[in-house]
Amino acid sequence: MIRTAMVGLGKMGLSHLAILRAHPQLDLVAGCDSTAYLTDILSKYSGLKCHADFDRMLEQEQLDAIVIATPSKLHAAMVEKALNRGLHVFCEKPFVLDVRDGERLVSLAESKGLVNQVGYHYRFVGAFKEAARIVKSGALGTVHHVRAEAYGPVVLRPKGGTWRSAKSEGGGALYDYACHAVDLVNFVAGPPASVGGVVRHGVFSQDVDDEVYCTLHYANGASGQLCVNWSDESFRKMSTKVSVWGTHGRITADRQECQIYLREPHAAVPGASKGWTIRYTTDLTEEVWFYLRGEEYSAQIDYFAQSIRERRTDGENTFRSALEADRVVSMIVGETAGMLTMPSAQPSRATLWSRLFK
Amino acid sequence: MMDRVLFGDNQFFGVNHMSEEKARAQAMRFQDLPAVLEVLDTAYQEGIRTFMCTTHDRVAEICDHFRANAAKYPDYQFYPCMPYAHKYANAVTEHGMIEALRMLLPQEGAIAAMLKGGAALATKDIEAIMQLLIDAEMKMFHGLSTPVVFMQNVITDLLLGLRMNECFRIFHDHVKSRYGAEPGYITMNVPRLLDVLEALDIDNPIVCANINKIGFRMCGGIALYEQTIATRRFRPVAMSVLASGAIAPREAIEYVCRQPKIESIVFGASSRGNIRQTKTLIDELTVTA
Repeated sequence: MIRTAMVGLGKMGLSHLAILRAHPQLDLVAGCDSTAYLTDILSKYSGLKCHADFDRMLEQEQLDAIVIATPSKLHAAMVEKALNRGLHVFCEKPFVLDVRDGERLVSLAESKGLVNQVGYHYRFVGAFKEAARIVKSGALGTVHHVRAEAYGPVVLRPKGGTWRSAKSEGGGALYDYACHAVDLVNFVAGPPASVGGVVRHGVFSQDVDDEVYCTLHYANGASGQLCVNWSDESFRKMSTKVSVWGTHGRITADRQECQIYLREPHAAVPGASKGWTIRYTTDLTEEVWFYLRGEEYSAQIDYFAQSIRERRTDGENTFRSALEADRVVSMIVGETAGMLTMPSAQPSRATLWSRLFK
Repeated sequence: MMDRVLFGDNQFFGVNHMSEEKARAQAMRFQDLPAVLEVLDTAYQEGIRTFMCTTHDRVAEICDHFRANAAKYPDYQFYPCMPYAHKYANAVTEHGMIEALRMLLPQEGAIAAMLKGGAALATKDIEAIMQLLIDAEMKMFHGLSTPVVFMQNVITDLLLGLRMNECFRIFHDHVKSRYGAEPGYITMNVPRLLDVLEALDIDNPIVCANINKIGFRMCGGIALYEQTIATRRFRPVAMSVLASGAIAPREAIEYVCRQPKIESIVFGASSRGNIRQTKTLIDELTVTA
């Protein structure tokens, strides 16, 4: 059994905790969160041993591995402490807020030969895996454009009191939503060399962005677009889509399906004729031992456990790979230093119009 | 005894496990209540009188219609599935966990309920909190027949993974005593859930799960599910029998009807043709099974 602890028992943390406790090869020995209310309920009703203090937990528990799902600004310090104690680390996305921290932690994990993984769960979604596989196979020819989109109904009014609405804590659509889209681009088409035309705009939020748009530039001349908006109520939940255009065809994938258009049949897409082929999640999804909210959440934890058993340190979603996403995020931030536009205090045109027609 | 055929609601709320485009088209088609009611009427005319629905805000409008037209649907019944989880998830992301809980507890009218909620929050009395949350979700069904009340799979499976086993007992007791209804559990992890419910002495529970010929979202595998259905004591309700359209209707229904003691089959559809086809197939294959 792999003796594992979990720190950060927020929404994502609880979901991880449920999956970790259901895994047959993981022994979840303790949880840690500073919210006493929550840890009291968990220990009272689920028998989980809980700590309020991360350092004390590391001192007191005999651990092999740790899962970190705290607010993003805490990741770097916690990952470092865990690695220094020789623990395998699974860290929620985004990996770190400062690329220099990330570089140091990549070296530290690699020098110690410890398993390191970041929770970019889309890399475990069947349709996205298939899209990445097909692009890499060359079936689309030379890739000249990629587009990643993420929309959802997170911030729908000018309010919000959690860390997600605080810039200094890694809140905002850039760190919470856009990093997923960026990692998906990196996964399917590879990381861009630079970014441009960045727009970061607070639709409702005062301190952080609710929408992020930018152009991606590749060294070979290919381009991409990133479109992210977490203030879109028309979506029931987060919806992410990636499209890739190549000289021989195109592909569009979301969580449910993979739509492929080939100008010529290709060996990497067996059974696909010239024209459209649709592959559905029912075909592309691999079974998991425990299901909560989506196979990918369980699959990534199982992958982490397998990596520990096999001492696999160069698998999917390593710190090194996640740092590539952080680099792109950092380029987006760099392009907009001091340029983040926020809702104006002036009455908007819409307000004037609605006043006129009231 | 539950009805053999139950009508589901995914199609009304833009839930489609196959295609986001199709889900959006359905959300557009069903954004006005009359379109939803027309399909429910069609299903009723085809002999389906049980609507198994999540406690989505819009279901409240459907409930209003059935209350106002009770004479038209004398035997109609609802199987509420609670909660509509995105309501909670989005509130938690926006406001944090405790504040979200405070917001979702009943607020209007009963000051006593508020005080009880506050006290329960303060003393971490999860039983009182759960009872209040269940009551809040059940409010929209007031005056309607709700013989079975389900816990949604995202909650069932979260509690199952967290090992908050006592919550199943609390749900069970409250649904029975307060609503005189049978508690049911929707899950993607049938064998594991049955272990827990058996340990809690919850006998012969109603368990709704994906049961389909291709083993889609049947955790533990299709062989274990078949064995579980054949040998363990519970009342299975099969959902996702068509696996979002991945299996041809006759083949799909044949498979489910071949499994012993599946009590009910829930499916959602939007056209009279599909409703009639699926209902007829279930009736036909149940008789010959």
